Amino acid sequence: MLEIKNLHVAVDGKEILKGIDLHVGAGEVHAIMGPNGSGKSTLSYVLAGRDGYQVTEGSVTYKGRDLLAMSVDERASAGVFLAFQYPIEIPGVTTMTFLKTALNAQRKARGEAELDAPRFLKLVREKSKPLNISDEMLKRALNVGFSGGEKKRAEILQMALLEPFLAVLDETDSGLDIDALKVVAEGVNALRSPERAMIVITHYQRLLDYIVPDVVHVLSKGRIVRTGGKELAGELEKTGYAEFAA
Amino acid sequence: MTAVRETVDTVDQLAGEKYKYGFTTDIESERAPIGLSEDTIRFISAKKNEPQWMLDWRLQAYRRWLQMEEPKWAKVSYPPIDFQNAYYYSAPKQNAKLASLDEVDPKLLETYKKLGIPLVEQQLLAGVAVDAVFDSVSVVTTFKTKLAEVGVIFCPFSEAVREHPELVKKYLGSVVPESDNYYATLNSAVFSDGSFVYIPPGVRCPMELSTYFRINEKQTGQFERTLIVADKGSYVSYLEGCTAPQRDENQLHAAVVELVALDDAEIKYSTVQNWFPGDEDGKGGIYNFVTKRGDCRGPRSKISWTQVETGSAVTWKYPSCILRGDGSRGEFYSIAISNHFQQVDSGTKMIHLGRDTSSRIVSKGIAAGRSSNTYRGLVSVHKKAENVRNFTQCDSLLIGPRCSAHTVPYIEAKNPTAILEHEATTSKISEEQLFYCMQRGLPAEEAVALIVNGFCRDVLQQLPMEFAVEAQKLVSISLEGSVG
Repeated sequence: MLEIKNLHVAVDGKEILKGIDLHVGAGEVHAIMGPNGSGKSTLSYVLAGRDGYQVTEGSVTYKGRDLLAMSVDERASAGVFLAFQYPIEIPGVTTMTFLKTALNAQRKARGEAELDAPRFLKLVREKSKPLNISDEMLKRALNVGFSGGEKKRAEILQMALLEPFLAVLDETDSGLDIDALKVVAEGVNALRSPERAMIVITHYQRLLDYIVPDVVHVLSKGRIVRTGGKELAGELEKTGYAEFAA
Repeated sequence: MTAVRETVDTVDQLAGEKYKYGFTTDIESERAPIGLSEDTIRFISAKKNEPQWMLDWRLQAYRRWLQMEEPKWAKVSYPPIDFQNAYYYSAPKQNAKLASLDEVDPKLLETYKKLGIPLVEQQLLAGVAVDAVFDSVSVVTTFKTKLAEVGVIFCPFSEAVREHPELVKKYLGSVVPESDNYYATLNSAVFSDGSFVYIPPGVRCPMELSTYFRINEKQTGQFERTLIVADKGSYVSYLEGCTAPQRDENQLHAAVVELVALDDAEIKYSTVQNWFPGDEDGKGGIYNFVTKRGDCRGPRSKISWTQVETGSAVTWKYPSCILRGDGSRGEFYSIAISNHFQQVDSGTKMIHLGRDTSSRIVSKGIAAGRSSNTYRGLVSVHKKAENVRNFTQCDSLLIGPRCSAHTVPYIEAKNPTAILEHEATTSKISEEQLFYCMQRGLPAEEAVALIVNGFCRDVLQQLPMEFAVEAQKLVSISLEGSVG
């Protein structure tokens, strides 16, 4: 699904990622843990194609294609989804309108027919229910005045609707209380499937109690310094990142 | 806009039928001599078979105009206009029509396609002679019958001068006097035609009145004159213009619109202006100098202006309300989009004369390319106007680094009981917003269109439903080429 080889990335001339190698197969959930400033968010932005992140060396192959050669929207339509740590407000655009525009843009890019209003509405209702997202919330402008929990649930709703092949969740647990965290984690778990891969980026082990990863990587100073099974997360919880910071 | 659909359907039907009546008269191309003089005005008046009083009014305006100077205070710049090197009257020219859509600028056709405009309508807009002749008489008659049943008068201005002189005399110039300002005065002297609307007391006009009804009357746009009178307790919604760009060879437009709302009457006036803005390099384009003013003459009357301005090279336009009647209300909702080298200086005036009058201003300016976009507004509260309320919200959105947005609000409060609120914001479409939308699959231009439509939502909601859908598409099209 995703093959990252010797990836070096600089921001404003400063090297942030210093040779990342990562292989994520279909159906796998990988956790990337690490202290602040280790390059976790940079990795997620590079995969999504954000401006200002210069790849100086290395390659990223997604489903056999050169991911780095694709534009942001091409990647999205090809099934790459990023759940934002800080979802962006879009004033005046209702959540419903945004969802419909996004889904139909992707369908159009893939040469599929756009969904008509009744079918779309049915689909959104079906996906919203398990996430406790009400019709009222869908009528509000996207992320405007949303609580932390609402923002994250809205991200997961987008993911559920767009059905990506590769989902990158950037600190989805940040700013969530335990109940909200459970709802979000359930939403993510419901999307686990043999043809979908996930990269879960987090600072804390807590999220991984609910979204149990197949593989855990520790990122420090722009390099993956350790890789292990799900038990690695528990170990880190006890020792902290101190040993990697040195 | 059901009225428009009806028109189109009727046109479609007509187009399908074999034209039965043939041309009754072949209208020859008739032009006034080049330049502006009393003779030109006499020529125009004579061509329209106007009564003496109408000619006198025009001449009075012309003499006044000679004494006036072109206003220079707006934040727009353009080469001097040579008023003596223009034609002020040109009868509809059959020979100016194109033979088929193949002769029309392909760019224009592409825009029509994006707006989803039916073929027959495209031909009309582009000035193509429709083969199965668009029988304006029968189309107009259909609507006129419906309107006549409730006593609504809706006709070309020149017809009103002949058929309803008592109404025209009573209200013409009563809101925008012939001496009002340089361009309004010029219009008063040479106005070609326009619309006249009268809604009798207590009547709710059964349909949206649209300039589409008058689509056949080409070449009347340059110095258009519109007068709408809503008598006591009546209501009318009027739509001007359309989302499709129209072929137009006149560079200078100076229209005047006067609205009069008597006791408890309401007028809702919506405009979409999408005239040629000039090309990507700023060449060509229409200069639009308009005077629009509404008079809430009676108590509890209401006038609401909604405008979507995307066209013209230079726009100079301030639809205003005089809140004379106690408890009257004025509203102004505006979207002004400028791209490439367009210059917009637009806003409103709310003149509070009566007690308990209120006004609301929501202005959304969007600047892209190298354009300049200015909001200029006045809220004035007179000494005797007790308990006035005004709310003004003025938002500007910048796209790209080379455009500019300006806000020039004037507030004059001479009565201490007034409560006036003014909010203004200027923002840019952030890189974050674009990235977020594109990460969800939207191509860059669609992302910008979505964000801008969100920014304009408060105003788009004020438009009649179908008009709003077209306006949304128009917003997207106007901003093409603004990203990247």
